[in-house]
Amino acid sequence: MRVALMVTCVNDAMFPETGKAVVRLLRRLGVDVEFPAAQTCCAQPMVNTGYLDEAVPVVRTFVDAFAGYDAVVTPSGSCAGSARHQHGLVARRAGDPGLAAAVAETSPKVYELSEFLVDVLGVVDVGAYFPHRVTYHPTCHSLRMLGVGDRPRRLLENVRGLRLVDLPEAEQCCGFGGTFAVKNADTSVAMGADKARHVRETGAEVLVAGDNSCLMHVGGVLSRQQAGVRVVHLAEILAATEADAGGPSGHPQVGLAGEGAA
Amino acid sequence: MSGTFVGMPAFPTAARAALADTQLRHNLAHATGTIRAKRAAVVGEVEEWEELRLAGAAVKEAALRDLETHLVRLEESLTARGATVHWARDAAEANEIVARVARDHGVDEVVKVKSMATQEIGLNEALAEHGIAAWETDLAELIVQLGDDLPSHILVPAIHRNRAEVREIFLRAMGSVGRPAPADLTDEPAVLAAAAREHLREKFLRAKVAVSGANFAVAETGTLVVVESEGNGRMCLTLPEVLVSVVGIEKVVPTFADLDPLLRLLPRSSTGERMNPYTSTWTGVTPGDGPQEVHVVLLDNGRTRALADDVGRQALRCIRCSACLNACPVYERTGGHAYGSVYPGPIGAILNPLMKGTGDPQTDSLPYASSLCGACFEVCPVRIDIPEVLVHLRSKVVDGHRGDTVPKAEAVAMKAAAYAFSDSRRLGWVEKASGLAGRALTRLGRTTLPGGRSAAGRIPGPGAAAWTGARDLPAPPRESFRAWWRRTDGGRS
Amino acid sequence: MTTARDEILARVRSALSGVDRTPPLAPAPRIAAVPDLVGHFADRVEHYRAVVERCAAADLEATVAAALARHLPAGSGTVVVPDGLSFDVPGAVVDGAAGPGLTALELDRVDAVVTEAAVGVAETGTIVLDHGAGQGRRAITLVPDRHVCVVRAEQVVPDVPDALARLDPTRPMTWISGPSATSDIELDRVEGVHGPRTLHVVVVDPG
Repeated sequence: MRVALMVTCVNDAMFPETGKAVVRLLRRLGVDVEFPAAQTCCAQPMVNTGYLDEAVPVVRTFVDAFAGYDAVVTPSGSCAGSARHQHGLVARRAGDPGLAAAVAETSPKVYELSEFLVDVLGVVDVGAYFPHRVTYHPTCHSLRMLGVGDRPRRLLENVRGLRLVDLPEAEQCCGFGGTFAVKNADTSVAMGADKARHVRETGAEVLVAGDNSCLMHVGGVLSRQQAGVRVVHLAEILAATEADAGGPSGHPQVGLAGEGAA
Repeated sequence: MSGTFVGMPAFPTAARAALADTQLRHNLAHATGTIRAKRAAVVGEVEEWEELRLAGAAVKEAALRDLETHLVRLEESLTARGATVHWARDAAEANEIVARVARDHGVDEVVKVKSMATQEIGLNEALAEHGIAAWETDLAELIVQLGDDLPSHILVPAIHRNRAEVREIFLRAMGSVGRPAPADLTDEPAVLAAAAREHLREKFLRAKVAVSGANFAVAETGTLVVVESEGNGRMCLTLPEVLVSVVGIEKVVPTFADLDPLLRLLPRSSTGERMNPYTSTWTGVTPGDGPQEVHVVLLDNGRTRALADDVGRQALRCIRCSACLNACPVYERTGGHAYGSVYPGPIGAILNPLMKGTGDPQTDSLPYASSLCGACFEVCPVRIDIPEVLVHLRSKVVDGHRGDTVPKAEAVAMKAAAYAFSDSRRLGWVEKASGLAGRALTRLGRTTLPGGRSAAGRIPGPGAAAWTGARDLPAPPRESFRAWWRRTDGGRS
Repeated sequence: MTTARDEILARVRSALSGVDRTPPLAPAPRIAAVPDLVGHFADRVEHYRAVVERCAAADLEATVAAALARHLPAGSGTVVVPDGLSFDVPGAVVDGAAGPGLTALELDRVDAVVTEAAVGVAETGTIVLDHGAGQGRRAITLVPDRHVCVVRAEQVVPDVPDALARLDPTRPMTWISGPSATSDIELDRVEGVHGPRTLHVVVVDPG
């Protein structure tokens, strides 16, 4: 099985540690994941803002980059949803039957990470270790567009040392919403503030989700509040093992993407 | 008389004011939370709810796809049963028809059943110009009318008011238009409802002409259906001599049996009940029972424009249950007034541009008043894929500006992004630049995220300020994933 | 000059040109058979805070009399019944027995109404009046504040589609699910607005 990592533009540019975590995790599970270097973005920012013409070349790049793979894995419910549910729309807009055929070929092979682990690899215990109190936010597109259901929960429940606490009003949107976060910043922040309040109510140390864009938003609110809660992508928790322990505070310090504390 | 939405600012501006209204925020959170829980309970007890939704969507879709046939049939059935059928291309034409009927009977007042169509066309204001008072008889509409306010919800137009505010409005305003509220009025909902009963009864008993809408109109039989709770609908549909019903052309269903999935879906989605207290049906004139002169005004007012939109057409399936409003996290925080229309919330964000057309800044802001979370689609009893239509309408808004001599900053940014995202090498350059820019950015508003990563605090400039006004922004990493993969051969070296 | 009718129909035609006029049908699901149909009906009606009681056919008149006595001030109160009621309500005014029937103002001074029904819907706890014999004009079950409604066990059907199949659409109908109610203040349901504030349902068991 040829498996490609679709890292997503946000993770590529902003959260490379998440991509690295997926690579470590999949290799540990015996999957030799490839990174097609021609990939860029799923085109969702253009599509969801209404720029369909601008999305056409991006979708073209997408299907070219991932042609020939048996599975395309991505650590993002939102981008998986975009590839599976919006690329057809863009191809219709382009009026290009060749593109439509390529989309029809690629779209169904795109899996969000928890779907790939549970449905394709058939594992729920990935051998992870993460000794922290964690609460999980099911992101809207993973929940409602993809229907990942309880897959992320089942994966988290099998992580050694992890204490999973329920998030009140978990299924309410965090307020990110792509360009909504800046076009309607006030409403977006109001939603994010409520999500942050619910996160604080859990007493969790870590908020986990399957989309870094949503985590960037809620994490940004929590950080501004000095709430003492950090946000970590699901992939980074699932990639963490006891061997990784021994960071600065004796704990695996995942979620320190980029420059770190340096 | 109630106010008007004309001249409302675009959504982000209107929302900012609403978000600052703490009483409104509290009232909305309480009311929508209550109704969401009720809906979830009664929907949960229907084992085949998803199949029922499919059936409801299919009935409405079948009616819309062959609308001409069903409208002609409806007209024939109604006429055969003694009703007079009128057609109205727009609001002005519909208002004129209703005013003419009222004038023909020499009345200076009409009683009204709650109706979205008559709200949409501004009937009350139009009748007022003819010297005819239109009394709203639904409790929430009465609260809005007496409070000289605007509706903010499809089902419960006064959802933004709490019991204390309702009491104050009743005490202040009832006396000037009829029987005053009792001086010892409390803010108990049951006591407030009793005051409305006393206030409106004299109006019901003397009214000669009533105005209604209809939830459904059955083409096969000419049967009109009104779904309600309080009995004000029954009063208006039964006691007056003359009844005028303003019915959007999308309300037609082919057969009487087609009412089945809809009558099961609507109350559970709307008020969270297995069935609403009262549903009235009437088919033209029934000798000796109810109004002996029955008019039906079939209203277009932009519906055919929506019908012509292949993606947006599904919005005409809407049965006005309000489940999407109650489920919407944006609506819950901004309330309905921010949408600037009698149709607020997710359905309003698509119906308004579909019916009015895009091109006006206020209307054009509505498709963007959503985080695309999909909660609206999930609860819609007739499966309107609201997020899909929102995205489609955003593209219409964008396309409407493609000829602009000075493109918007957003359009320039999207073009630039498309350029970068069309070729991975270009994206690599951008990421390199962003790593450098990140360092400059963090120097402007340096902070540290929990866990230790560097971040930007408040930084100026459009876009950046919108994000960082209330949210820290992680600093871009020194090395992108792409660069790391190339440098380390995917971590292998 | 084109009429509004012609113009609207032309717009409809143009909007739908090239659109498939027969989308796929999706039959509405039916609920599984209810073991105790009448009991289920009674439970569901009661849930709306209506008063529900069951009686044998032989006890109907006494049960209705007791129901009226319960809701009316002792020894007083006027009661209206429709023409064609299949049982006797002593002392009641018969609407429309001679002439056009009571006016709305007259009905407003009546304390209670007793009628029969056309159909009972178990799943939703709904009573359907089609305003035929024994049910009367719509106004008589609307204006008085108390409604005693007699439903026969054999009139109870499982769900909404079964009810529609039994009803004649050309008759005016009133579907009643509990007493008049509103949720318009803070979405908190309270009973008792314009329709009868007391609904008393008597379910007559066969025999």
